[in-house]
Amino acid sequence: MLLEKIKEALSSLYEEIQAAPETPAAPEAEVKAAEEAAPEPQAAEGETVQEEVKDEEPSAPPGPKETDYKTKGYHLDVELEPGKVGAAVEILNRENFFLEAITGVDWIEAQQLEVVYDFNNFTELCRVVVRARLDRSNPEIPTISHIYQGANWHERETHDFFGIVFTGHPNLEPLLLPEDADFHPLLKDFKA
Amino acid sequence: MNGLLQQDVNQETFTLNLGPQHPATHGVLRVKLVMDGEYIVEAEPVLGYIHRMHEKMGENRTWAQFLPNCGRMDYLGALSYNHGYVAAVERAAGIEVPERAEYLRVITVELNRISSHLLWFGAFVLDLGGFTPLLYAFDDREQILDLLEAVTGSRLTYCYFRFGGVYNDVEDSFISGTRAFIKRLRERLPMYDALVTKNIILIKRLQDIGPISKDMVRRYGATGPVARGSGIPFDVRKHEPYSVYSEFDFDIPVYQEGDSMARYMVRMDEMVQSMRIIEQALDKLPDGPVMAKKPPKIVKPEKGDYYHAVEAARGSFGVRIVSDGTNQAYRLKLRSPTFSNLSLFGEACRGMLLPDALALMGSLDLVIPEIDR
Repeated sequence: MLLEKIKEALSSLYEEIQAAPETPAAPEAEVKAAEEAAPEPQAAEGETVQEEVKDEEPSAPPGPKETDYKTKGYHLDVELEPGKVGAAVEILNRENFFLEAITGVDWIEAQQLEVVYDFNNFTELCRVVVRARLDRSNPEIPTISHIYQGANWHERETHDFFGIVFTGHPNLEPLLLPEDADFHPLLKDFKA
Repeated sequence: MNGLLQQDVNQETFTLNLGPQHPATHGVLRVKLVMDGEYIVEAEPVLGYIHRMHEKMGENRTWAQFLPNCGRMDYLGALSYNHGYVAAVERAAGIEVPERAEYLRVITVELNRISSHLLWFGAFVLDLGGFTPLLYAFDDREQILDLLEAVTGSRLTYCYFRFGGVYNDVEDSFISGTRAFIKRLRERLPMYDALVTKNIILIKRLQDIGPISKDMVRRYGATGPVARGSGIPFDVRKHEPYSVYSEFDFDIPVYQEGDSMARYMVRMDEMVQSMRIIEQALDKLPDGPVMAKKPPKIVKPEKGDYYHAVEAARGSFGVRIVSDGTNQAYRLKLRSPTFSNLSLFGEACRGMLLPDALALMGSLDLVIPEIDR
């Protein structure tokens, strides 16, 4: 019940992305591709591009993914752009979810840092994982500590360990590390 | 001199430093307090004095080598941490656990929960100025430590669970000893009730002190007795039944008041419920192996991330694993319950008298090594 409700609510975040920038962008891409391949007849080129787009879509359909709870331990996996996380957390807040933890993962090979938010619900078992990938050289994401006050410490801890900057955080000082710490020990290239 | 006399009366606040070495913080926790006379204007806990970076240790040793670390975070409820970690790895690697092993896990974890609550009971009343109950509580707790020492080999920093079961089987003396202990504690609890719970001094120190609303619990993600003392019937053992908890008949004590007394009552009632679980588990304890038939020699969970939560003595303890398919964790996140429980302290104690804030802090049941990890 709750799972379906929250899945639907969170899906709206993806619809906006799809509806606004992507649909107008697609014809532009076609035109560009057609222009680049000037000597070929336009109609044929347009078709091939459309086919490519179709091929990509089923492999990664955007939207909240239901996961197998028994093997994974959570119900819904929500990967978002960093700018959309705040909106997703607002939705979860409206449905009375609570924040279990915030943490990071260093994907050094992809040069990305992942922020992971774990949510759970007091009334009905429904674990939602919200995640966003950040550029490793400039890891910034808006804070959610104004929505969930408990996020304050979790974000400070994640800043300690990974150097992820939560913009708008009221007090992003070291929490568990020494007050003058200028290192981030959970980065994979950290050397003690 | 003139400057002092002209000061605005409302500006007469001063900063008070509590800890990091203070008997009421039970460990190395520091709290910066801005005081207006005896009243707290602002409080900010300062953490990290016993931070050891267990999460990094999880990344640079094998899955099995991390097992002893679990007993060194929440050193009063170490078996819950054992349970959370092995259950997460078992979920990730798809390891089956024989039933007898799960029963033994439940029995030992619940014994550990009682011992943790007994220590909290003694120390909490000590914070409030009553010395005697501590000695009684330690006497009872000692019985549990003896029982668990015989099974696990250690008295505090247990490392008893393995991937796929438990380290060794229990002897008959453990079962009879546990039954004897439950009989003994059942006789002692009415004494605690008469001596402490119904004591007018204790009631005056706790009732209506440090109220925590349901909304505050949710905003800070507090769990365990803190949530249940604020009327939220949230217990991972019932909410998300893991291990064999679904096979036992037990209640979740919930109090609506949200004050320190409610949290006190939740823990006192929980000891009774834990005894019920242990008794049922002893009655039903199945025969059979205590280890999976062929536990993998080298654990290599498949790529991906996994989450498992258990109800520790202080609330929901969660383990988030990110595996890259090797014999070491790519990332190991440990979600400790008191970290979130303490984070609401700053808001909850605003405007309180300092001694009342210490009562509130005691009612949160803090274990600092678990917060700092």
